[in-house]
Formats: sequence, structure tokens, C-alpha cells
Amino acid sequence: MSPRESTVSPKTVALVSSGRHPVSGRAGRAREDARAVEMGLALVGAELSLGHAGDPQDASLQACLKEYLGMFHGLDDDRGGRLSLLAMSAEDDAVPRLAAWLEQSGVRLVLTGQRAECGEGSGMVGYLLAERLGWSIATGVAAIEHCDDHSVTVLQALPQGQRRRLEIRLPCLIAVDSVADAPRQSAFGPARRGRIELVTDLALASEARVDAARRDWQWEPARARPKRLKVVKSTNARDRFRAAAAKSSASNGQVLTDLTSEEAADKLIAYLRAEKVLAPGDQ
Amino acid sequence: MSVRRLDPHAERARRNRLHARHLEFARPAWRWTSVDGVTRINPHALGAIGPNGIKRIDRSGASVETSAAGGPQTSAEPVRRRITIDDPAGYILVVPELPEGRLGDHDRDLFGLARQLADGTDLAVTAVTFRSDVDGFEEAVADRIMDLSEDIEGRYDPESRLAALVEVEDMLAPRHWIFADSLPDGGDLGRRLSARLSSRGESRGAEDPPPATRVWQFADGKTRSRAGDRLDILRDVPRVLLALPECAEPVSETRHEARTIVLEPVARTSEETGDENRPSGVIDRGRVTVDPQQIPLAQAPFILSAGRGVSDWEGYHHAARVLGASEGASRVAVDDGNMPRARQVGATGTFVSASCYIAVGISGAVQHLQGIARCQRVIAINSDPSCDMVKRADLAIIADGDALLAAVCERLGQPRIASAPADQWHAEESRHVAA
Repeated sequence: MSPRESTVSPKTVALVSSGRHPVSGRAGRAREDARAVEMGLALVGAELSLGHAGDPQDASLQACLKEYLGMFHGLDDDRGGRLSLLAMSAEDDAVPRLAAWLEQSGVRLVLTGQRAECGEGSGMVGYLLAERLGWSIATGVAAIEHCDDHSVTVLQALPQGQRRRLEIRLPCLIAVDSVADAPRQSAFGPARRGRIELVTDLALASEARVDAARRDWQWEPARARPKRLKVVKSTNARDRFRAAAAKSSASNGQVLTDLTSEEAADKLIAYLRAEKVLAPGDQ
Repeated sequence: MSVRRLDPHAERARRNRLHARHLEFARPAWRWTSVDGVTRINPHALGAIGPNGIKRIDRSGASVETSAAGGPQTSAEPVRRRITIDDPAGYILVVPELPEGRLGDHDRDLFGLARQLADGTDLAVTAVTFRSDVDGFEEAVADRIMDLSEDIEGRYDPESRLAALVEVEDMLAPRHWIFADSLPDGGDLGRRLSARLSSRGESRGAEDPPPATRVWQFADGKTRSRAGDRLDILRDVPRVLLALPECAEPVSETRHEARTIVLEPVARTSEETGDENRPSGVIDRGRVTVDPQQIPLAQAPFILSAGRGVSDWEGYHHAARVLGASEGASRVAVDDGNMPRARQVGATGTFVSASCYIAVGISGAVQHLQGIARCQRVIAINSDPSCDMVKRADLAIIADGDALLAAVCERLGQPRIASAPADQWHAEESRHVAA
């Protein structure tokens, strides 16, 4: 399974955002976005371009975007990466800008992470873009298996390590899950060679400029979520006391003794089939 | 449960020692002080007759009532109040996840959140499901059920599910939508719906507030949702909520009717129908078979774990292959060099969350039991019936692990062949050791 073997590759963009290290809080690449860039590099190589909507005056943002450009190494050609920075202030709405830019540049495949690590982090940008542009969207993608002119075949990550194969019509947006291939390291040289192009000439409707909805929100430092207590709702004190004093591990399981191994095997298989762990026809 | 009734006349006669019929109602005293000043106890007047007709004296402090055998049994769980809403003022729609086709903990939390939002009003909490064979909605406090499984079969088809939800939106105009914020299921569908509603609102000129994602608390008419970068957002309740697990306490006091409502087709405008004739953008090509050994142990759904009680390791690996289970091990098995360190289950290894966990020859050290605390079903195969793993297990089989695994493989039609080379190898190894 090598995506690079596919002959035609659609014009691909990875949308990136600034990230925070989960422990130290240091600014850097966002983890899922870095995986999206890695997936894009594996798919189209140095043809991949990056996109971000943010404040061009912000120095820490520039450093963070450079880290994504530093991933353009180990490819067939040693061109530096290109990143389009759509200029906007912190209060503005990114979605109309990104939509206008994507439409202008004729992109057919967009890779991104599922949720941003800074700001609201609602994970809505991809869905709003897809709705506005009329594209398809798939979330939780672990790998791209195949890509041609009309569609892309991906593996979607499900809970408990399962995978589902999806075929998505192009143009589409793909949100990359955290189980995708780990991103390559960011290197200093490619980061220096990469170019950040400022995009300011987007035709926008004037009312779509500012994100009005968030004005009434109150932002506060994240509180630790309260641990749920095991509350026994019983009418009499005796049951409540018993529940509080009982060992939690005591359960009323079924114990089977004095069986030959064949009988025990039958019991075990019957149990597994009843619980749908084994398929019933599994012989 | 029958109601225990008090006779007020009898109660009064019992309290009043001078009442003419006092002796009729008074229970004989079980303890009194005799004329000599000695405390006397009458054991016959003490205790209560249990359900199987044997008299028991309970000194644990419980209130003991003398009752006839087979008298009213008090159940530990209080009776739920029955609540019926005939004419709802509005709807709160909950889209439960239904993992494995039944209501999960996360789903009950969502219904608890919906109850909090509907508190004191005549809003009907409605469950919107995409499968028909689910029960337990009465206990999960749904007033109405809407079953959309006719349009959508079991495949993953987010776009037709979204179309069905939009139809429900047009029909009921609900006050709130509540989804589970878990990707790629409820979180995906909720975000799709929210994006669709906001684009429709934009085209009609009515701004729809963006959804609250990762909601973890509802308090004082506001929702608190987790944002990125160690921040929380406190905001008014929007129409669409995507809630985290444990966002609210599940309800246990009431019981609701869970009446089924049927989706009536709404007359659509021409442009909307044109929209639906478009081929689906996301096509499900089915599940991919995953090698169970490649799944990270913490996520594996089915684990066959081995400990000191296993001696035939080749047979164990073969059984794991036959059952399609991921391999796990106790610390002893890892320390003895029979299994790699990455496969160790327990507090010093991996905390697993399998839906079925089979422990072969593991007696259940505390650290190991901590590691499997989140497993749903535990099966213990052990030769010692008194070990802790047997107490923890939902099904315990007291037998020899090696023989049982071999018998299971045989019953499943894949017995292990060519056991001779393995024996030869062992014999050869022992010769080397001897030399």
C-alpha cells in the first residue's frame, strides 16, 4: 500500500493551526495537523502546499508555521515548502476566508486535523468549509489507501482499533485522526528555505468579516472536571451503608467447577457466542 | 411492591399502656428489668422471621419488624415515579450512540443532560435512533422515540443520516439537539447537522449560534465547554450541543413513557429535492479486518491473557490466533520471558479496556485487577477456585488452562497440529542447557 504509486494526484492543501505542547504548553506544531501534513507529503510530495488563516504580525505564530515548513525534507525534489497565510485579526471569522481561498486556488483535496489545540477548538471549521463549498468530508482518517482523479479511498479509525474503508468523492476535506502515521521531525534548513506567502486580496462579503457569535462568551481557565461519585440511592440507611462498606470487586459471577476440558470448552464457546465475541458460524 | 399500611387505632393502642386493648397490639417486650434489678431478655420475642420461614436475629442495627413469613419484601432500588407528557411544549432531541446496539453510559449521561435542560418545563425529551431493536429508553427517561432506521440501513452513510435529521428538524423544530461528542460517530453527525443548520440560517437571514462542543457541565442556564489551550467557555445554551461523557448525572428517579412518534414526510421545495438526488459523497466500503496483534493493547476489544498457570505457550499463541484475540500477559509471564514487556496488562503495564477479557492461569494480583478495571466482561480460567480473579470474573471456569485452550481450538475446528517439532525443540534446548 503505497499512495505515491498512484499516477494522478489532485491539488492538495493541508490546513494547519498553531499548537500547544500538552504538558509544557510550548507553542509548536499541532499534533493532528502535523500528521495531516505528513499524510499530504506521503501522497503528493513537495507538491503539497499549506494554508493558515491568522495574524501575520504575531511572531510566535510565524515560528509555529515555520515548524510545519521544516517538514519538507526527504522528498524527491528539494524545493522548499510553501505556506499561504490568509491575513486576518484574531476576532475575524476564518471560514469565509479559507473558503474563498480554496475556491480561488482550485484545490481538490484538503487535509487537516480534527480539532485545533488553541482557541475554541470546536472542530467545526472543516464542516463549515465543506458545507459552504458543497464538498464531502470524512473525519477520523487513519490512512489514505488510494487516490485518483475522482475519488480517494481512505481508512477511517473506529473505536477499539477497528478500521473502516471509505470511498470519498473529490473535492473533499479529510480530517486526520491521531492514529495516523507519526509526523516526520521538523528540520531547521527546510524551515528556513520555506516561504510564507501573505494573501490579502480575497473577495469577501463585508458582513462575513467578523466572528460575531463569540462576543458573549466568557473564557475562563479550564477547571478540573469533578470525579463522579458512586451514589447509592436507597430508601433505607442499611442498604446505603452496605453499599458503602462492600468491596467493589465482589461480583456475582458464574463459577463452573468439575468439568472435563471438552465440556468447559463448550461452555466457554457458548458464552463467547452469546456475548457476540465470536461469530456464531465460526467453526 | 405492596404498600405497608399502618392502622392508626392499633398504633395508638400500642403506645398507650393504659389502653384497654393494649395487650392485643403490643409486641411482647424482649428486654426488661426484673424486680431483682436483673436485665432479662426473652429471645423468643426477638428477631424476625425471614423469607424462608426461619427466625433470624439481626444485630447489624437494621430496624427489625416481626413479620409473617413471605411478608412484603423491600427492594433495594426505590420505585421510579412515572411521568407522562401528553402535550409537549417543545422537543429536546437526543441522538444516542448505542454502542453494540444498547444504551451505553455516555448515552445515559446525554439523557441526564437533556433532563436538566428540560427541567420544570413540558419539553419532551426525544430519542432519535438509527436502529429499531433498542430498549431501555423508559428508564433512560425518553418521553418519545423516533426511529429512523427505515431510511438508513446499517451502513455508515453520514449524508443520508444528516438528511433524515434535517427532516426531523423541519418537522419538530426542536429546542435543542444533543449529540455525543465522540468521533467518528455522534460528533461527526452533530457537526454536520450544525454546519447545515448554520448555512440554512445564513441563507434565511437568521444567524444561528455555533454549536457548543465538548460540553461537560450545565449550570445556571449556561453550558461550560472545554476549549483548546486549557480554557473553558461559559456561554448560553445553543441549539446544538455535543457533550462529553459524564456531562450530567443519569436520571434514576423517574420513568418516562417512550412513546414512538412517526416521521411524516414534509413537502420539500424543488431545490432541496435536487440536492438529495446527488450521489452520496462518502461511500462505505465495509470494515477492514485488522490483525488483532497490531491493535494497541489499550484499545483491543478482545484479549486472551496468560499468566503463570500457562505452560504450553505454543498452544496459547495458537489459541489466540484461532479466537482472533489480542495477546496479553501478567507480570509473571513477562518476567519469566514468555511474553514481551509491551504485552503486560496491569498497573505497571497497560490499562486495558477490552469488552471481553479472558485470563488464563492468572490469579489476579491487585495491580492486574486495576489494569482490567474497565473491561466489560471478564472470563477467568484457573485451577484455584478461591483466587481473586475468579471473584472478579463474570464467568469462571475451574480447569487446567492448557488443556482447555487445546480443547477450545479443537472444538472450533482448528486443532494445533505438529506439536512434535515444538517438543523436539524443547528437548534440544534442554540438551544444550545440560551441556
